[in-house]
Amino acid sequence: MTKLLEVKGLTAGYGQVRVLHGLDFSLDEGGVTTLLGANGAGKTTTLRAICGMVKAGGEILFEGKNILGKSTEDVARLGVAHIPEGRGTFTRMTTEENLLLGAISRKDQKNVQKDIDKMYDHFPRLKQRRLQQAGTLSGGEQQMLAIARALMLRPRLMLLDEPSFGLAPLVVKEMFEILTALNKEENASMLIVEQNAALALGIADDAYLLETGSIVMSGPAKQIGADENVRRSYLGY
Amino acid sequence: MELLFQQILAGISTGAIYACMALAVVMIYQAIDHLNFAQGEMAMFSTFIAWQLIEKGVPYWLAFLITVVVSFIGGVAIERIVFKPIEHAPVLSHVVIFIALYSVINSMAGFIWDFTVKSFPSPFGSSPLFGSTLISSHQGGMVAVTLGLLLLLYLFFSYTSVGLAMRAAAANPASARLVGIRVSWMTALGWGMAAAIGSIAGMLIAPVVFLEPNMMISILLYGFAGAVLGGLTSPGGAVLGGFAVGVIENLAGTYIPVIGAELKLPIALVVIVVVLVFKPAGLFGRVVVSRV
Amino acid sequence: MSTHEETVVHHDIGESPEGENRPIARPAGANTSSGARRIIFLVLLAIALILPALLKNFVVFQLTQTMVYAIAILGLNLLTGFNGQFSLGHSAFYAVGAYTAAIMMEHMGVGYVWTLPVAGVICFILGFLFGLPALRLEGVYLALATFALAAATPQILKLSPLEHWTGGVQGIVITKPDAPFGLPLNQDQWLYYFTLIVGIILYICATNLVTSRTGRALMAIRDNPIAARSMGVNTSLYKASAFGLSALYTGIAGALGAIIVQFVAPDSFTLTLSIGFLVGLVVGGVGWLPGALFGGAFLLFVPNIAEGVSKGLSGAVYGLLLIAIIYVMPSGLAGFVQAIVNKVRGK
Ligand SMILES: Nc1ncnc2c1ncn2[C@@H]1O[C@H](COP(=O)(O)OP(=O)(O)O)[C@@H](O)[C@H]1O
Ligand SMILES: [Mg+2]
Repeated sequence: MTKLLEVKGLTAGYGQVRVLHGLDFSLDEGGVTTLLGANGAGKTTTLRAICGMVKAGGEILFEGKNILGKSTEDVARLGVAHIPEGRGTFTRMTTEENLLLGAISRKDQKNVQKDIDKMYDHFPRLKQRRLQQAGTLSGGEQQMLAIARALMLRPRLMLLDEPSFGLAPLVVKEMFEILTALNKEENASMLIVEQNAALALGIADDAYLLETGSIVMSGPAKQIGADENVRRSYLGY
Repeated sequence: MELLFQQILAGISTGAIYACMALAVVMIYQAIDHLNFAQGEMAMFSTFIAWQLIEKGVPYWLAFLITVVVSFIGGVAIERIVFKPIEHAPVLSHVVIFIALYSVINSMAGFIWDFTVKSFPSPFGSSPLFGSTLISSHQGGMVAVTLGLLLLLYLFFSYTSVGLAMRAAAANPASARLVGIRVSWMTALGWGMAAAIGSIAGMLIAPVVFLEPNMMISILLYGFAGAVLGGLTSPGGAVLGGFAVGVIENLAGTYIPVIGAELKLPIALVVIVVVLVFKPAGLFGRVVVSRV
Repeated sequence: MSTHEETVVHHDIGESPEGENRPIARPAGANTSSGARRIIFLVLLAIALILPALLKNFVVFQLTQTMVYAIAILGLNLLTGFNGQFSLGHSAFYAVGAYTAAIMMEHMGVGYVWTLPVAGVICFILGFLFGLPALRLEGVYLALATFALAAATPQILKLSPLEHWTGGVQGIVITKPDAPFGLPLNQDQWLYYFTLIVGIILYICATNLVTSRTGRALMAIRDNPIAARSMGVNTSLYKASAFGLSALYTGIAGALGAIIVQFVAPDSFTLTLSIGFLVGLVVGGVGWLPGALFGGAFLLFVPNIAEGVSKGLSGAVYGLLLIAIIYVMPSGLAGFVQAIVNKVRGK
């Protein structure tokens, strides 16, 4: 398999403060990679660095080309759909407008309506909420909407920042089932950032463990999940 | 009763001026999330361009069209040249730049066209409308154009993808970038549209107030007031707000003894502030719910 | 408004350094060590003390006017820089201070020194009362409300029922005070020193205020009103008091201004003056108290310079100078000084 995303020596920070100290990780075409780590480890910052939202150094190869230093808009136009922390919903707009916005930079506008219908098949609840203001949807529905919005880009790569955050356990379970299905059926590649390690390791092929801006462990998800220390610190059993 | 009715009608016809300006104010507010103090001067400058063209013998509607296009380009250019380089500067620094632009444009207009008042033609004539002396055919035309513009804007923002992208960029720039919208160009586009609408407002207002470099100062203030009263997020609200300001101003001037006539503007503003204290997002604006 | 909502709900994206959620101004504090600061202060003070002996009377008068404006801007800075409230209405408080001094001196025969505290107290009360309803307003709405205040002020001063006191359109002429205790100073020199003393006292009070508990509460309200409220800060009381205090400074400046100019009239206190204070505040640096002096100097001298460059296009020259300053120093002099201090320290 070819590498879809390859990150080498990634550094990033805010103002004078450096938060990431040289990360190396990669993601296979069609694969799912997860970045695990405690609060403040730098997971969100990593995703922001990939999308040109923070000042970064090193190399970020997407389909073999360095995208470091590209503007956020341009990265998105390359097919990287980032569902940010807090979901990034356009709260004042309707559900359907949110979906239209997901596809707004696509060249093939004539297929957009078809894709919207497909999203409604995946997420029937969104169809019921079509013309409702997105800000009034429940947390779970908003997360579904965020995923659907990202899919509307027909992305080559999806970046998900703590998709389980703030959701009830049952909803989280349903959402990860959907993500698994999307990965299988649509061959969507995903980089998932999570604090909920058990869930993320269940869906991922590879996993990386982040501590204060450095990768302290990496390997196949199964192997990481079996590790004694990881179990104790992150999985809690 | 008769007097009241007449004053309301007169208020509506001056209100049309404010409504038109308020629409331009809302437009820029949507694009940059702030009021632009130089907007009235931009409109005034545009109107002078139209006047110059008409003086040179260009037919009215052609001059009108050229002015709108030139203003649009000018608005985009101001954003790109003046504001883009300092886009990360604090908002108050931007406010100061508005003040600077105001000063530059006003001074240049005075330098080029001097400060004597000039008359500006109306495409609608100035005969009384429906036999009433209170509202002329020009004012009727102005109301019609304002409402027409409003409809066009509504269609643009609701049904075109550029309109959708502009709304998204204004409401949530970070998310807008993540879906690939070029937010900074959307801002420039907003400037262009605001300048174009402002130029239309200027050309419609000039036949009523006469053309001179300071013509827009108080009108912009009333336009701000109308836009704020209507709720800065709603073009329709702004237009209604503009009409309301015209009516409030007229009634205050007529019915409040002694000080009414002298304090027309402040009283209108006080009424608006009182409304805002009870409805902080304006009459038609959506209430902002903030969570931590 | 909309940006506000969306970024508050999802505040994490808004905080990216790209700066969607820009503060109204970047609070700047030029971070010099306190020892260095004291030395700079003493050197400046020494220069300030000998200047009148070296300069022509008119220049002395101009420097006094600069200090007066600086005091007014200091007041605005307390409100905007430290409490995050915006005002286009400070010309009103300046006017109230000026008329208080004029009426007390000319109608009541009160000594000019006593007019300052009275002007301060009256403006504090007015500012506080104005601040109460204004509490419900933010951003552009507050701008409009304060703007109404500025627009109404000259009109109110001209009203015929008040003419006996205010002198209507004509205004009031004030007698210039002499130096007391037989000091060997002419009137301009004395008023210079008098203003300097008042200014220093007010400046020291302001610096103490912003480093006090109260100051921290004000800044907490500025940075995160909801969190401040949940920490038990009475935001209404603080915000209204900040308005009052800010008005107090500006009112004292107004009284001083009236005394040195020897004249008050309604049309000296229009919106243009309020806008001038705002410009002075920004070029000096929002949230940095010493910037007020630079702001005051800008307010007084730059229009004259522009006039000197080109009579016909003075407005354009003024505007271009202003744009140039913001380009060079986007956060005002404060940010500029901060950058220099950082460089000297080799950061
Ligand atoms: N906008 C910001 N400005 C300054 N520091 C930040 C910002 N966002 C995050 N940080 C800091 O960067 C570090 C990593 O944060 P983040 O990437 O959000 O961690 P995670 O997503 O793993 O919880 C933390 O120490 C945090 O305080
Ligand atoms: Mg995070």
